[in-house]
Amino acid sequence: MSKKITIEPVTRVEGHGKVTIHIDDEGNIQQSRLHIVEFRGFERFVQGRPYWEAPVLVQRLCGICPVSHHLAAAKALDVIVGAGTGDGLTPTGEKMRRLMHYGQMFQSHALHFFHLVSPDLLFGVDGDPAVRNIIGVAKKFPDLAVQGVMMRKFGQEIIKATAGKKIHGTGAIPGGINKHLTQEEKDSFLNGPDPMNIDKMISWSQDALAFLKGYHKENKDFIDGFAAFPSSHLSLVRKDGALDLYHGVLRAIDSEGNKILHDVDYQDYLEYIGEEVRNWSYMKFPYLTEFGKEKGWYRVGPLARLNTCDFIPSPLAQKEFEEFRAYTNGKPNHMSMHYHWARLIEVLHCAEMMKELLNDPDLMEGELVTKGEKRSEGVGLIEAPRGTLFHHYAINEHDQLTMANLIVSTTNNNEPMNVAVNHAAKQFMQGQQKITEGMMNAVEVAIRAYDPCLSCATHAMGRMPLEIVLVDNNNKIIDKKRR
Amino acid sequence: MSDKVKFKIDGKECEADQGLNLVEAAKQNGIYIPTLCHLEGVKAAGSCRICNVKINGRFMTACTTPVSDGMEVENSTEDIKELRKIIVETLFVSGNHYCPACEKSGSCELQALGYRFTMLVPRFPYAFEPKEVDAKSTKLYIDRNRCVLCKRCVRSIKTKDGKSIFAVKGRGHNAMINIDHELAAQMTDEEATAAMDTCPVGSILKKERGYFTPIGRRKYDKKPIGSDIEESVTI
Repeated sequence: MSKKITIEPVTRVEGHGKVTIHIDDEGNIQQSRLHIVEFRGFERFVQGRPYWEAPVLVQRLCGICPVSHHLAAAKALDVIVGAGTGDGLTPTGEKMRRLMHYGQMFQSHALHFFHLVSPDLLFGVDGDPAVRNIIGVAKKFPDLAVQGVMMRKFGQEIIKATAGKKIHGTGAIPGGINKHLTQEEKDSFLNGPDPMNIDKMISWSQDALAFLKGYHKENKDFIDGFAAFPSSHLSLVRKDGALDLYHGVLRAIDSEGNKILHDVDYQDYLEYIGEEVRNWSYMKFPYLTEFGKEKGWYRVGPLARLNTCDFIPSPLAQKEFEEFRAYTNGKPNHMSMHYHWARLIEVLHCAEMMKELLNDPDLMEGELVTKGEKRSEGVGLIEAPRGTLFHHYAINEHDQLTMANLIVSTTNNNEPMNVAVNHAAKQFMQGQQKITEGMMNAVEVAIRAYDPCLSCATHAMGRMPLEIVLVDNNNKIIDKKRR
Repeated sequence: MSDKVKFKIDGKECEADQGLNLVEAAKQNGIYIPTLCHLEGVKAAGSCRICNVKINGRFMTACTTPVSDGMEVENSTEDIKELRKIIVETLFVSGNHYCPACEKSGSCELQALGYRFTMLVPRFPYAFEPKEVDAKSTKLYIDRNRCVLCKRCVRSIKTKDGKSIFAVKGRGHNAMINIDHELAAQMTDEEATAAMDTCPVGSILKKERGYFTPIGRRKYDKKPIGSDIEESVTI
C-alpha cells in the first residue's frame, strides 16, 4: 500500500517548512519534497520607501542573520550613492562592516553547530528526542553548551559594537558606516576576562573543529555517506581566489571542480542566474541560466565556499582548509555532512579575522562615509552564513525604492536540500514497513546540514505540530503519529 | 508689583515669570509636563492635548494657559497620566508608526512618550488609513503615515521672508500636511535638517541623512524624555 509521510514542521532549523515523502506499494520512495510554507513579501512592501531605509527595514526578514541582509542591502546602496561596487568605501567603512560581518558569521555558525546540530552528534540521529536537544546537551555536556552560548555571545557583542544593537542594528549606511569602534570596545574584545576575549574564541573554535574531526573519525560511514551527491557549487571569492565572506567576484564550479562561472562581476548576476517557481513551495529554485533549470542548480554555503575558493587568508584556518581539501584529493567535496566541517573552519577563520581587524587602527579613526555620482540601480552580494545572498534595488528620481529583488542564501540551496531529503529518505525509509521517529529525524538531519533559514525566504505564524500521516491509495488515513 | 507669580503643581510651591505658559513655567521649577505639539518660542497650538493638566479642578492644556498667581495645578495624578497614555495610544493607532525601521527611532518624541507612559500595545484598533508619502521635494521626504498633525512645521518653518513652507490641507478627518516644493527646494541642508529635527516624529525626513546617528547616541537612548527638566531645577 502506498503511503505519504509528512514531517511538519522540520525542527531545529530557522523558520518553518515541511517534508512530504511518497512511498509506493513496494516501499520505494517515489518523491520527496521540502516545502517552504512561509510567505513574507518584503520585496513588494519596501517599494515607495526611501532607499536609505532598506538596510534597516529589510534585515527584519530575519532575527538570526539580520547582519547579512543589513550589509547586502547597504552594499547595493553603496552602488546607488556612487560609493563603488563593494570595494570603494573608506578603510574605516569597509573594515567596520567586515568586523560586523565576521562577528555575525561567528555567532550564527556557533548557534547552528552547538544548539542545532550537536544534539544529533552527541545523542545519535535516532536518540531519544526528549534529550536530543540543546537542553539535553546542557545537562550531559555542560562545558560544551556553555562554550556554544559564550561563542554566540561574543559574536553578538561584536555586532553590537559595530551595528549599535545585537539584533537589527543601524551601523551600515549607504556609503559606509555610522560609527567608529571605541577604545573600550576594542580592549574588551582583545583582553576581556576569560572567556570573553578573542584568543579564547580562537582556541574554542579549534576545540570545536577537533571535536567534529574526532566524531568524523568514529562515524566515517555516516558523515561521508549520508546525503552525499555531486553538484555544482557557487560563492563569492576574492579576486585572487581567496575565501572572502564580505566581497568579491562570483565563481561557480561543476561537480568535477571545473570553473563554470569565471569570477564575474555580480552587478551582472541576472545574466547568469535564473529563478524557477514551482507550485508546491513559496521558495524559488535558482539556477545557472547557461545550464538550464534541470542541470543549472548549485550548492551555496560553507561547503560550496570551501570548494570554490583557492585558499583561506588566515593561517590557522588555511591549515584546516588544506586538510579539508586533501580529504577529497583536491576535488570538490559533495558530502552534505561535511557542511559542518566547512562551517567550523569558517568559524576559525572569522575568529582570526576579527583579531586582525581589532588590532587595526582604521577602526577607531578615519572617514566613515564616502559618496559619488548617484545611480538608479545597485546590486549587493555577500556571503551570509548560509550562502550567497543577493540584494538588488532600483530607485526613482525621488529617492524611492521602485524594485527590490532578493535571492536569499537558503533559496540558492533549495534544490540541493530537496535532493538531500530524497537521499536521506531513500537511505533510511526505502522498503521499511514501519516509519520510526529516528527515520524522520534522519531526513531533518539532512536538511539541517544546510543550516537553512526558511523564514528569510518567506513567513508563517504560530507553532505547528510535528505530525506524520499515513494514507492509503484512496487518501484514507490509516495511521497518524504526533509528537 | 512683582513680575513673578506663585502657584502650585501637585502641591509643590512654584514660582515663575508672569505671563509664561504653564509648560515653560513648570520647566523653570524642574517639573516636566509632557508635550508633543509644543515648541519653545513658537505660538502654542494646543492641538495634541498631551499637556492636559487640571487647573483649579478643570482640564486645560498647559501650553496655551499662562501661569497666574495662586493656580493649583494637578499634573502627575494617576488619572491624568492615564489620559495622556490614551492620547499617545490613539496617535499610534491613527498612523503607521513602525518604530523598528524608522530613522527617527531613538529621537522620536512620540516613541519616547510611549516609553514614558509604559505603553506596551495600544488598546485601540489600528485605523490603517491609506496616507500618501510625498517624496517629490529635493531635500525632504514627507511620510504622512507618521504625521501626528501637531503643526509644528506649519508654525515654525518659514522662508527668510516669512513664507510658510508647510501648510495644512483639508479639514478634520482629511487634514494633512502639505509642502510647497518650490520653497522647499530653496532650503539649505541645515534648514532641511532643522525641519527634520522640528518634527517630533519621523514624518519629515531630511533626504539621505538616514541612520547617521548611531544607536547609543540618539536623543533618548540614554535618558527618557523629560528627565533633563526633572534633573535640573532652575529655581
